[in-house]
Amino acid sequence: MPSAKCKVQDNRWSENSPYRDHEGAASLRPPVGRPLTVAVRLVFCVLSLALLPSVSQAQSTRDTIVAVQPKVVKIFGAGGIKGLAAHGTGFFVSKEGHIVTIWSHVLDADLVGVVLSDGRRFSARVLGAEPQLALAVLKLNGAEGVEFPFFNPDDAVSTGTGTRVLGFSNMFNVAAGDEPVSVVHGVIAAKTIIEARRGVFDSPYSGPVFVVDGVTNNSGAAGGVLTTRDGMLLGMIGLELRNAKSNTWMNYAIPVKDLSSSIQQIISGKFERKKDPNEDEPSLKPRRYKPLDFGFLMVPDVVERTPAFIDSIQIESAAAKVGLKPDDLVLFINDELIQSCRALQDAIGRLESGDQLRLIVRRGNELVTVEMPVPRKKE
Amino acid sequence: MSGQRKDVKVQRCGVLSVALLCWLATSSLAAEPQVREAELKRVEVIERVAPTVVAVFAKGGAGGGSGVLISKDGFALTNFHVVSGLGPFMKCGLNDGVLYDAVLVGIDPTGDVALIKLLGREDFPVATLGDSDKLEIGDWTYVMGNPFLLATDFQPTVTYGIISGTHRYQPPSGTWLEYTDCIQVDTSINPGNSGGPLFSSAGELVGINGRGSFEKRGRVNSGAGYAISINQIKFFHDQIKAGRVVDHATLGATVTTDSDGTVVVNGILEASDVFRRGLRSGDELVTFAGRPVRTVNQFKNILGIYPKDWMLPIVFRHEGERREIHARLRGLHAKTELMPGPRPQQKPRQPMPKKDKDGNPEKTPDQPLPPRPDPHAEAAKQTIPEQWKDWFVEKAGFANYRFNQLEQDRVFAPLKGLGDFASTAGSWRLSGQSATGDKFELTLAAKGIGLEIRDAAFFQQLEDTDPADEPPGTGGFLIAAHQLRLLLQTGSKAFTECHYFGSEPLDGRGELVDVIVTTMGAIETRWFFSRASGLLLGLDSRLYEDAEPCLIRFENWNDFNGRRLPATWMVTSGEKEFATLKVATLEFTTKK
Repeated sequence: MPSAKCKVQDNRWSENSPYRDHEGAASLRPPVGRPLTVAVRLVFCVLSLALLPSVSQAQSTRDTIVAVQPKVVKIFGAGGIKGLAAHGTGFFVSKEGHIVTIWSHVLDADLVGVVLSDGRRFSARVLGAEPQLALAVLKLNGAEGVEFPFFNPDDAVSTGTGTRVLGFSNMFNVAAGDEPVSVVHGVIAAKTIIEARRGVFDSPYSGPVFVVDGVTNNSGAAGGVLTTRDGMLLGMIGLELRNAKSNTWMNYAIPVKDLSSSIQQIISGKFERKKDPNEDEPSLKPRRYKPLDFGFLMVPDVVERTPAFIDSIQIESAAAKVGLKPDDLVLFINDELIQSCRALQDAIGRLESGDQLRLIVRRGNELVTVEMPVPRKKE
Repeated sequence: MSGQRKDVKVQRCGVLSVALLCWLATSSLAAEPQVREAELKRVEVIERVAPTVVAVFAKGGAGGGSGVLISKDGFALTNFHVVSGLGPFMKCGLNDGVLYDAVLVGIDPTGDVALIKLLGREDFPVATLGDSDKLEIGDWTYVMGNPFLLATDFQPTVTYGIISGTHRYQPPSGTWLEYTDCIQVDTSINPGNSGGPLFSSAGELVGINGRGSFEKRGRVNSGAGYAISINQIKFFHDQIKAGRVVDHATLGATVTTDSDGTVVVNGILEASDVFRRGLRSGDELVTFAGRPVRTVNQFKNILGIYPKDWMLPIVFRHEGERREIHARLRGLHAKTELMPGPRPQQKPRQPMPKKDKDGNPEKTPDQPLPPRPDPHAEAAKQTIPEQWKDWFVEKAGFANYRFNQLEQDRVFAPLKGLGDFASTAGSWRLSGQSATGDKFELTLAAKGIGLEIRDAAFFQQLEDTDPADEPPGTGGFLIAAHQLRLLLQTGSKAFTECHYFGSEPLDGRGELVDVIVTTMGAIETRWFFSRASGLLLGLDSRLYEDAEPCLIRFENWNDFNGRRLPATWMVTSGEKEFATLKVATLEFTTKK
């Protein structure tokens, strides 16, 4: 089903495009039994991807930049030591002065400074945040009665590999004066999911991302915007992400489409933080213990049946003493087959003080059995 | 939904799809040539400009950078930090595969610009200079050069990207290399690209690439490269082409942003020209060099692109009153700071690189690209190629005095056509009327100068007497007039020091003129020559450093007893007119 790719030209065409209705209607029907139509649409998508960007781009890139710049702001807050930048980027999502930015150390201040593309200065406070989505929403102070140009997060689009994009950010704080932020160009290289892991590929964020071939993610760039060449909002530029082994860096943006409901909830004050899968869920199932009580952490529980891999081991913990290692796959707990992280949480939750915890894990090609006592809980 | 209606819809869908396919077929035919055209245009631009791109090599091949040819006789721009330490001669490769000898011409250490001259041809390919102020964010650009010194056949590496920011300010790296009003690109710039050209999409030279924000990514492209704008380089071009070590300007006053967002003077040097023109602490800067000043950063940005000693228009508000002045700007550095040879160790403005946890040096942002050795350390060791030895003349204060001699010869050449002044070693007596009808008589003799005007007489003795401000308030008109006689009679040899400065806009508002600077004791004179006619347009002469100069502007060159001299002398000082002298007769007496 190529509908996601077809979105690309939806954005390029005007609202009254004769093909728009057709596309919309077609995408609602299952493709089975319509081989011709599907084939046509495939051809359509491939051709349009190949041709349209170069047609419209030359005239509109400047216009796009002029239209997007006023919606992007520079943020100045905590940092400035140990290589941590004290600057970041954000963008307006309401005419009243709500700003979306990345959840980062820059916001660890009572008030942060916000400088607009024309040099106007405001202070802002954090209205709400969703650290799991790396999302924070700010509100400008003293901006009553002032209207700001903004992106409507509900209008954010999703687009496929090969789309030409622009990144807008306060990277390296180059735009230190009363000047608009830096603009870089690139192409969407992949649409994928980053899994948060520790160690070699230490990611500050896990979830869906657009991967970009240009250098969008620099110091201070996080919270900036990624748009199509015609200025449609795609994503929020993420924090820097480096592979410690190869010293290579990944450039990515978090789709705003996936953030839009959280943004609206934070703005409207109805926000409820999503449950952290590692936290205890309120349920009838007992949750007397969790892996951390034994000194190990599981990989983030991101899908229905996330394989029960151990993500990390606390130094000098019980788990470390019995020799558990990161990347061990837990197969059995006290002879009960463990098929997912969730099953593991349940099994550990049912343990009682004085029990023994026996784990069988797979490490490479071998099976390893370890045993440790269940600690007494201080109540 | 009935089966019949479904079928209709399927049919409709099919028809639409076919129509769509047809439309696409036609549109793809229409679009494809555009893609091809864009590609052909890129190929054409690259083929056109690649021959102008220079690969600069240190002697022995240890390091190097890039450059770009801007004149048929081989003048090429590069970075100061590329040529520093290479000595006066280096090797340069072009994409014709030939390795040329090149000689250092002039340097601008603050602006990180150097001019070199490739030797051996008079028909080098030349890049066309563009207007960097016309660039806009999002415009496509080409970077060409020799990153990582990959091109062993001197065929430049080409990268393509967009303008990320214009009029950017990058603070000094180390003691110099301040990038003001520079161009930020996402076009890939890597070590070895330094000194190479930034071309606009039309293939015009709009900047010289010199640094990038690297921070912790190692010294490779991180999406933010910086180029010195070609418009800044145009201001300095004539100065560096004259073999000079040039300096940038400073106002002579410090500014700060007030609580209401205006830029105000918070400290001022009383010896500065801006002070003499009435600028005071607390005044608000409105415009500088015709550009509005809104922030301190922006002011630094505008100021940084101008050479020391230029006169520029400044508008400020003093106690609510708006004033426009033209003031001569001071130098950013002490004269000795920029000179070759040992100099006092300066405190680096950035800490030394630290090691990160992986043992790699921690990178500070925005560095020049190749390593930057001591600028003049190796210069002395180099042997000069016999064939080209005439192209280098060493002189304190100059990168290569040979080029200053050439410019002096060019500018002084028309003076010979004015007539034989060497034989007028006796005295000159000029008489006539001032514009206000006052009779005057000016006598210029070897031992003294006298002026009678408006029933008053003024005299300046030339032996055993210090030069004085005579007539009072003129900045020393008598001494200034004496300078003219010396120049015409004896030439540059009459002065302790004489050099070609470069060009500047006359009085900060007029045409670009050639400027010669002479000194005699404490007296410094700036001579202005028309670039079109070669005529002497005037002179500014000051009795000592930071004194209010005497300005004489000449018009109406006439023949006086077989010698051409100006018949109209406009004399002002401190923006107050002393007199406009109209010379009716001029008598020369030869030495007895």
